[in-house]
Amino acid sequence: MTERALLSVENVSVNLPTPRGNLRAVDQVELTIGPGRTLGIVGESGCGKTMLSRAILQLLPRKAKLTGRVLFDGQDLVSLGPERLRKLRGRSLAVVFQDPMTSLNPVLTIGTQLIETLQEHLGLDGVAAKRRSVELLAAVGIPAPEQRLMQYPHQLSGGMRQRVAIAIALSCEPKLLIADEPTTALDVTIQAQILDLLAREQRRRQMAMIIITHDLGVVAGRTDEVAVMYAGRVVERAPTPALFKKMHMPYTEALLAAIPKIDAAPHTTLPAISGRPPDPTRPVQGCSFSPRCRYAAGQCYREKPLLTAAESSGHQYACFHPIQPQAGLPA
Amino acid sequence: MNQHSSQVPSPDPLLKVENLVVQYGVGGKTIHAVSGVSLDVARGETLGLVGESGCGKSTLGRAVLQLRRAVSGRVLFEGRDLMAMQGDSLRKIRQRVQLIFQDPIASLNPRRRIGDIIAEPLVIAGVKDPKKRNELVCEVLSAVGLDPSLVMGRLPHEFSGGQCQRICIARALVLKPDFVICDEPVSALDVSIRAQILNLLEDMKARYGLTLLFIAHDLAVVKAVSDRVAVMYLGRLCEVGPSEQLFARPAHPYTALLIEAIPVPDPDVRPVESVAVGEPPSPMAPPSGCRFRTRCPRADKRCTEEVPELRSIAPDQFVACHHPLIPAA
Repeated sequence: MTERALLSVENVSVNLPTPRGNLRAVDQVELTIGPGRTLGIVGESGCGKTMLSRAILQLLPRKAKLTGRVLFDGQDLVSLGPERLRKLRGRSLAVVFQDPMTSLNPVLTIGTQLIETLQEHLGLDGVAAKRRSVELLAAVGIPAPEQRLMQYPHQLSGGMRQRVAIAIALSCEPKLLIADEPTTALDVTIQAQILDLLAREQRRRQMAMIIITHDLGVVAGRTDEVAVMYAGRVVERAPTPALFKKMHMPYTEALLAAIPKIDAAPHTTLPAISGRPPDPTRPVQGCSFSPRCRYAAGQCYREKPLLTAAESSGHQYACFHPIQPQAGLPA
Repeated sequence: MNQHSSQVPSPDPLLKVENLVVQYGVGGKTIHAVSGVSLDVARGETLGLVGESGCGKSTLGRAVLQLRRAVSGRVLFEGRDLMAMQGDSLRKIRQRVQLIFQDPIASLNPRRRIGDIIAEPLVIAGVKDPKKRNELVCEVLSAVGLDPSLVMGRLPHEFSGGQCQRICIARALVLKPDFVICDEPVSALDVSIRAQILNLLEDMKARYGLTLLFIAHDLAVVKAVSDRVAVMYLGRLCEVGPSEQLFARPAHPYTALLIEAIPVPDPDVRPVESVAVGEPPSPMAPPSGCRFRTRCPRADKRCTEEVPELRSIAPDQFVACHHPLIPAA
């Protein structure tokens, strides 16, 4: 937090009215990300990670109520008008979604979609925009880019479509790219290629990036900082090496332990997390992880733990009974 | 043209697949989904079948059950050829071979109560006594960790994905089958729930004495439950071997590629940059020779001309490659 933040999410909550009552999708989240940095947001489905990204992008469902501030490059996005927001999104704030088939327009060619973005945001003329499109497709590793411009999304494989979506997102040199489960729909070998591509383009452009994923393996080697979310809240936040070295929050530890390890012997019983995440329309009193937590005791069932600083710098956790308390050394 | 397995026959193979070829016709074109696959599953073992989407692993699972009829080859269950069977005899065999699907919510009828869903296989199998049926349903529900009294009267939408998968497992087990094909049973589930279901499958395997064919794209998941692993690429087997041996010393470049591509949850392990080359070709026009050659760093002229046969490279380990990563034993 020493450098000036590019994005700072301040006390953001998102509430959604549903037939079953109010759903608190995001609960008092605070996050910052500096220029050129990578933040990983990790959590299981329903933990609010996608809603948080929508809150940053101001792309929430109409009925959703957002409180708090989202400061991007000195502007509060929450109070920005729709015209200003549209100028910003796609230009300095770009996004890559999980499913490239639904994020690309199926009835427009790849070329039209790329060229349109370039003309709209950068004011390029047709010829320049087309030339730039070819360069961009080549940069994201698409063979024969000229021919691809004439093709429709359904003519490309899933991996190729995600490359196109990335090319569109990168087309206007954004300052921040939000990648929401960018590889979940892809095969492992393609996943590695896409993550490499994102990392390479990020380095080259000095762009900040938020990777949203359910896979701790994806964030481990590819982020500077990680925020773990559970039931709408950030429950642990730390520089990536510090987090994996010393987890304070029992949920983070349990999440990591539950992943089958490639170097474990076959038929090893996995330390599963019992139960399941709480229903977001029925808030749990106390810590939302307490019903599943093996360390939970009295206070956990009554009070919500706040995010507090650990001894190692930049490490925060929300737990009354952290693992290895006070043992953190500055990284 | 087809691969002939030189696998030493396991002492008591419950399932034996020989030279299976499955093709689909799509708009006048042929998709070569499974092109001559042979494998054995020994009684009591778990065989993991891994590969990327479109490699034919699910088609293979369905062809074993005769849900998709193969073009040629044989599927022997306890020595009896399922491909020659029809009607009643096939229905009888299917009671002993069950299937668990990827999407647990979609594979349960949303309008029927859980008790009826699980009792259905019993009805089809001719268990006429409702009291007996009820007893068996309660027994299997308790086995998968659900309280029968709370669950039986409810509808699928009242359950989470993980619970629905438990219900699907209960339905597959209610007839006490010998063999269960699990087709990506945990891919749709969250990490914390996935571990619960994998553990449950292991418990059920021990309790009911099952033999499993475990189909998945996630190598770590496959390794966690399998005794042996078969790696499939574009309709053919690349490599078969005991799981630990296969992961420690992969012989096929594709197996090595799959292992390297897994993201490791450890920041000290730097991801290997661009281990993967290109994308799988279309199964409508598979490459000549070795099907992996278009993405293989070791491919040469021989690979374009000659289909590599599955051959022994180490004890119990078989590879279909002209230039394997480890020397033949």
